[in-house]
Amino acid sequence: MIVQPVLVTAAALFSLGIYGILVRRNAVMVLLSIELILNAVNINFIIFDSMLADSLMQGQIFTIFIITIAAAEVGIGLAIVLMLFRNRQTANINEFDLMKW
Amino acid sequence: MEIYEIVTYFTLLLLLFSAARVVTTSNVIHAAISLVFTLALTATLFLLLSTQFVALVLVLVYIGAVIVLFLFGIMITRAPLGKNAELDNDKNKLIGATISGAIFLLFSYILINGFDGEIVITSGSSTELLGEILLSRFVFPFEIVSFVLLAALIGGITLARKDEALVDEDQV
Repeated sequence: MIVQPVLVTAAALFSLGIYGILVRRNAVMVLLSIELILNAVNINFIIFDSMLADSLMQGQIFTIFIITIAAAEVGIGLAIVLMLFRNRQTANINEFDLMKW
Repeated sequence: MEIYEIVTYFTLLLLLFSAARVVTTSNVIHAAISLVFTLALTATLFLLLSTQFVALVLVLVYIGAVIVLFLFGIMITRAPLGKNAELDNDKNKLIGATISGAIFLLFSYILINGFDGEIVITSGSSTELLGEILLSRFVFPFEIVSFVLLAALIGGITLARKDEALVDEDQV
């Protein structure tokens, strides 16, 4: 099987995630888009691992690491969103401009 | 064309559709459910590339845990359930589409030219071997990641719980 269709799909997933981050207003939706980007990276790692037939399976191992880090990131991110919501009564990222001057 | 390739291309097509739905739907719950479909199709793709263990980890960790967290987040932050026109920043729509389209075109050009004629031969990978490598050669990053998870756990609890002292002083 040729690799280009899978790589192009991963690139499309990545750019859809970028679009989501730029366009969405709700902070939880932005986190969802970040998951899409990480997923695209995972697909790339796995397809390169299969393509190179690496004896150390580094692509798969790094994918497992990325999945773990993504789970940690979602936990912290949602805790921060929850905290912001508790203080501001909104999850709209346009209103979180405390550090903007 | 073999049946294997047909199934793979069909999976990729469905993956694109569900990912597009995550970022375009105006219903937050639908976005989360579409992300479930995207991740399940990614796991299918991993199975087709015969990396079974990673596919199962993806299903367990993402669909099992992360999506539940997201649904909790959506419900706790009272994101308006149901259709909602205010979900998107219309001002940013054009610029977002331009930037992401440019990134997609650039990446596709580079990837299609750079990996011309490269093929994947799915030979199957052994989970036993993966475990051995993970706990011998990569044992140090493995431990570092476990430490990161512990830090994230403590940080999440500290951030999300109500601080009693602040509640008493009426600062929250």
